[in-house]
Amino acid sequence: MKLNDAVFGALFLVLSLLVLWTVQSYPKIPGQNIGPAAFPAVIAALLAVCSLMLIVQGVRARGQVPWFSRDGWTGQRRPLIAFAVTVGGLAVYVAASDRIGFLILGMLMLLAMMFALRVRPIAALVVAVVATLLIHFAFYKGLRVPLPWGLLPVLY
Amino acid sequence: MTWAVISQAFGLVFDPYVLWVIFASAMFGLFVGCVPGLTATMATALLVPITFFMPPVPAVAAIVTCTAMAIFAGDIPGALLRIPGTPASAAYTDEAYAMTKKGQAEVALGAGLVFSAIGGLFGTAVMIWMAPALAEVALKFSSFEYFWLVVLGLAGAVFIGSQSTLKAVISLLLGLLVACIGLDNPGAHPRFTFGNTELTGGVSLIPMMVGMFAVSEILRYVTSTLPPPPFITQKIGNVFRGMWQLTVQYRWPILRGSALGTIIGIQPGSGADMASWMSYAMSKRFSKEPEKFGTGHVEGIIESGAANNSSLAGAWIPALVFGIPGDSITAIAIGVLYLKNMNPGPTIFINNPENIYAIFLVFILANLIMLPLGWMAIKAAKNVLRAPRNILMPVILLFCVVGSFAINNTPFGVLLILVFGLAAFVLEDNGFPSAPAILGVVLGGMLEENFITSMIKSDGDPFVFFTRPIAGGLAAATLVILGWPLLVRLWRGMRRRQAA
Repeated sequence: MKLNDAVFGALFLVLSLLVLWTVQSYPKIPGQNIGPAAFPAVIAALLAVCSLMLIVQGVRARGQVPWFSRDGWTGQRRPLIAFAVTVGGLAVYVAASDRIGFLILGMLMLLAMMFALRVRPIAALVVAVVATLLIHFAFYKGLRVPLPWGLLPVLY
Repeated sequence: MTWAVISQAFGLVFDPYVLWVIFASAMFGLFVGCVPGLTATMATALLVPITFFMPPVPAVAAIVTCTAMAIFAGDIPGALLRIPGTPASAAYTDEAYAMTKKGQAEVALGAGLVFSAIGGLFGTAVMIWMAPALAEVALKFSSFEYFWLVVLGLAGAVFIGSQSTLKAVISLLLGLLVACIGLDNPGAHPRFTFGNTELTGGVSLIPMMVGMFAVSEILRYVTSTLPPPPFITQKIGNVFRGMWQLTVQYRWPILRGSALGTIIGIQPGSGADMASWMSYAMSKRFSKEPEKFGTGHVEGIIESGAANNSSLAGAWIPALVFGIPGDSITAIAIGVLYLKNMNPGPTIFINNPENIYAIFLVFILANLIMLPLGWMAIKAAKNVLRAPRNILMPVILLFCVVGSFAINNTPFGVLLILVFGLAAFVLEDNGFPSAPAILGVVLGGMLEENFITSMIKSDGDPFVFFTRPIAGGLAAATLVILGWPLLVRLWRGMRRRQAA
C-alpha cells in the first residue's frame, strides 16, 4: 500500500494536534514551570511542523505520485490471504488465548499460515503439531512461562 | 587490580554454561544469517526473550556472538543465490555472485569469512582501547552534557544514511512520542495510557522490537510476489586458500574498511548495512582498478566485508559508555543490560569492570570461532539454503508470540507486536525508516529526564545549556550537524547566483 506523502502528513498532523490538546489538561508540578506536559508538547509541535512540510512535499509531487496506489500483492489472491491469515491469527491470539489456550491456538495459527503459504498438507500438519509442542515445552517447562492451557486440562 | 579483574572476566566467560550458550547462539546466528529474509536484528530480537532467563554475561554473549555470525553468514546466500542473507551484505552481493559465476565462489566466500573476522577483531580492539577512556571523560558529564549527547546521537541517526531526512525526522519524533507513554515522567502523571493499566509502565521495548523487526519482516515475506530463488549447484573448494596473499595485497583496504566500519558503528542509528554500503563505495573510489568493480572483483568484498563486522563492535562503544545505542542491535542489547541490572553508563566501568572485560572477551572469542564455524556453515550452506521458508516463517511467528508474551506474561505483548509490526510494515513501505523510531523510543526517557533536570537546575534559563565548556562543544557539534543540509543548500544557491 503506497500513500502520497500528503496523506501521511495529514495523519501525523492530526496526531500531533491530538497530543497538544491532550497535554493541556496535564497537572503542573507546584513551584516549577515545567512538568509532564512540556516534553510531549515540544515533540508534538515539531511533528506538526514536519507534517506540514510533508504535506507540501506530497502536494507538489501529486502529478507523479497518486494519493493512493496498490502494491502488486494487494491485487493477488495468494499474498492477500497470507497477509490476512498472519494479521488475523495474531489478533485472534490476543483476543482468545486465555480462553482457548496456547496449544490449540498455536497449532491452528501455524496450520492456517502454512496452508496460505502452500505447504503440503501432511507436512503442514506434522510441523504444526511438533513445533507447537516443542515451543510449548521449551517455554512452559524450561523457562517457566505460564502459557495458558485454556480449554485443555493442565497436562504437565 | 586490573589483572585480578581480567582473570575474573576469564572465569565468567570460560564457564561451561557460557561456552555452551556462545556455541548455540553462534549456530543460531549462522542459520539466521544464511536464510534470506531473516536479519541479524531480527535474530537479536528473537534471542531476547530467551536471554531474559539468563545471567548477564551469557545473555550479552548470546547477542554478541549471534550477531557477528549472522552478519558474516549473510554473505553466503549473497554469493550463491544473489540474495543477501542480511541487508548488511547487500552492498556487494552482485560482486560476490559475479565471482561465483566465474567459478570463484570459494574466494568470495573465503574473503567474506576471513575479513569479517579481521574486521570484527579490529572493531573489538578499538572498543577495548576507547571505551574505558571515554568512560573516564563521561564521569564528568552532568545532565547538560548528556542532553546534548542524546540530541547529537539522534541528529546523527536522522541525517546519516537516510533517503529522506524529513521522513527520518518524523520517524524519530513518532518514536519519542511512544517513549512518552506511561508514568515515567516528571510528576508521574499517566500520559497517553487511555486508562489502560498495561500502558502505565510504558510500551515494553522488547515486544516493540520483535514487532518492528521480526513481524514486519514476516509480513513482507508473506506478501512478496517474487518466485522462489533458483539454486545453483557448484562445488566449493577450500575457502582458506589464497587468503594470506589477499591479506598482504589488500592490507590498506582492510584497515580502511575496518576503521570506517567502526566509526559508522559508533555513530548512533547507523550500523552494519550503512557501513558496508559506504565502504564499498569508498573502496571503489580509492581502488587502483575501479573498472574491475562489478565484474567479480574481490577488493570491494574484502573492504566492506571487514567494515560490516567491525561496525558491530563499534556500536557497543556508545552503548556501554553512555547508554546510547550505536545501531538497532545495540538498541535491543541496552534493553537487555537494563533488565540484567547492568545499567550502561560510565559507572559500570568502575562498579562491574569484570562484566565489561567479559564482554570484550566474548567479542574476541566470537570473532575467533567464526573461522571454524563459518567454514562449517559454508560447507553446509547447500542444505541450509534449501530450508523451506514457507515453513520457517510461520514457526518464527509463533516464536515471536511466545517471546513477547513471556516478557510480562500477558497477551498485551502480543498485541504490541501486531501493532508495531503492522506500523513498521506500512511505514517502511512508504519510505519511513524504522531505525530512528527505535532510537527515539530507547532514548526518549533519557532525553526528557536530562532536559527537565537541566531546566530545573538552571531555573528555566536555556543559556546554561551552552555555557558549560563540554556542553557548549557538544551543542556546537549538534548544531553543525543539524544545520549542515541548510548550509549546503545556501552554498549551492550562492554559487549558482555567482555563475549566473
